[in-house]
Amino acid sequence: MIEVTDLTKRYGNTTAVDGLCFRVRPGLVTGFLGPNGAGKSTTMRMMLGLDRPTAGEVRIGGTPYRQLRDPLRTVGALLDTEAVHPGRTALNHLRCLARSNRIPARRVHEVIELAGLEDAAHRRAGTFSLGMGQRLGIAAALLGEPAVVVLDEPVNGLDPEGVLWIRRLLRDLAAEGRTVLMSSHLMSEAALTVDHLVVIGRGRLLADTGMTAFIDEHTEAGVRVRTPEPERLRDVLAGAGIEVVADCADGSLRAATSAERVGELVAAHAVPVHEVTRTHASLEEAFMRLTADAVEYRSQRPEADLPGTKHPGTEQPGGTHR
Amino acid sequence: MNSNSPRAVLAAEWTKVWTVRSTGYTLLLAFVLSTGIGTLIAFDWRSDIEHVVHFDPLVAALYSMTLGQLALVVLGALLVGSEYSSGSIRTSLTAVPRRGLLYGGKVLAGTLTAFAGSTVIVVVTFLAAQAALGPYRTGLGADGVPSALAGAVVYLTLICAFSMGIATFVRSSAVAMGILLPLLFLGSQGLGNIPALKPVLRYLPDQAGLELMHIAGPSSDGRYGPGYGSGAALAILLAWTAAALISGYLVLRGRDA
Repeated sequence: MIEVTDLTKRYGNTTAVDGLCFRVRPGLVTGFLGPNGAGKSTTMRMMLGLDRPTAGEVRIGGTPYRQLRDPLRTVGALLDTEAVHPGRTALNHLRCLARSNRIPARRVHEVIELAGLEDAAHRRAGTFSLGMGQRLGIAAALLGEPAVVVLDEPVNGLDPEGVLWIRRLLRDLAAEGRTVLMSSHLMSEAALTVDHLVVIGRGRLLADTGMTAFIDEHTEAGVRVRTPEPERLRDVLAGAGIEVVADCADGSLRAATSAERVGELVAAHAVPVHEVTRTHASLEEAFMRLTADAVEYRSQRPEADLPGTKHPGTEQPGGTHR
Repeated sequence: MNSNSPRAVLAAEWTKVWTVRSTGYTLLLAFVLSTGIGTLIAFDWRSDIEHVVHFDPLVAALYSMTLGQLALVVLGALLVGSEYSSGSIRTSLTAVPRRGLLYGGKVLAGTLTAFAGSTVIVVVTFLAAQAALGPYRTGLGADGVPSALAGAVVYLTLICAFSMGIATFVRSSAVAMGILLPLLFLGSQGLGNIPALKPVLRYLPDQAGLELMHIAGPSSDGRYGPGYGSGAALAILLAWTAAALISGYLVLRGRDA
């Protein structure tokens, strides 16, 4: 269990983390999501006692990180990949960590095997690819068989096989009853891995909810309709008060309504229709919508034509505070 | 106490010291510089003994430490600074979140390493230089020799600790070396020739080191060494080292990693 209470971090006039309150529960993979610059890494560094909060605190199993006895036995962390001396071999890097926390030496070999680094154990970390560095970081995180695992962007730089490996690993860790928190800015990845979401933007909590509930709450059901007569369909839908969200390149329309409603309307008005497809809202869409106001660095292009996406600004950020 | 075991932290830091190649390289460099230069000076003096002003077999052996110390400065700066340049300080602090404990372990492991290395370097350099001096040599047991050799070991060890403190203070090995190498090499040897600066410069660590090694020149002649004696020299060196280590600790404790 990780408890974040009123956590705030200011750098001069900039507030990176602003009064965050949430809990990360055991037995689940919790995704820690937010746009770049939202304060994810800063929050994680404060969890691990690296940065001192301006206000508030983080407790891990009831204890602040800096007061843990042999912390690697309680919390395993993966921070930025490049937190290893480039001149030390992977094996020696893990040995040093194990020694400082009184972790038995055989565990070093276990995590090397677990991370698939057997062939690279005697190579210096500076020669590692990004993906291998990430595997070494995961091996270090699991060294003390911790009850709490905190991973900052764990799939960064991994090849597809590595991504799959991480996904399974995190699911297994949660299934063993451990508390797993992973940050990500890749929504598609998070959607496949996490059960629960903590979403922040500009240092504030935007959502703390289950994955399905989050998507349902922040997107609307949508339908894609393909017709040879788009003009008429548009009129019919408009007449029924249904919002047409987008025109697609192939001449089809996307409307924020149900397939049943479209079916009834086109039958009543005798509009020929070639295809009606229910569009599934994704985590990415829900996320984009929620964080539209909280994105620190937004590209200049207008919003992409995402189905079920209302115009930015119609949703108050923080509307899902619990 | 809820923290890491101090003994475990020291063991881990000791392992860290000896699992990077730079440790062996810098100690080897210190050894080669000290014994090499020491032996060369001794040979040179032996071949031209009547032109040597103030001949002293100790100076022949230990003057090369002023070069050898530079490698120990590099060792100290790298042991700490590489944690910052590689970002591994964050890994180290998640493993040992009590900063004083991590710092203490690191400084102690580095200092013990420097002590072991210095002992070998000083004794071997002395013996090699005395062998090269031939008929003009002195022995390990001669008057003043044991205390001079002990002073040399203490000086080299403290200089390495001093360097670790400065490197922690500036959070970079490159910056630490940029400050210390000129300070120790040029500072008093170069600027020391300017009479007006001498009253200040004589308290610099390298001047105290010369005094501690009994090679500052004849104590009767004020033109050479600082002339305050070994006891004061040791106190001055300890003060410098303590100041550097405390400054480093305050930065490590106060700043986000």
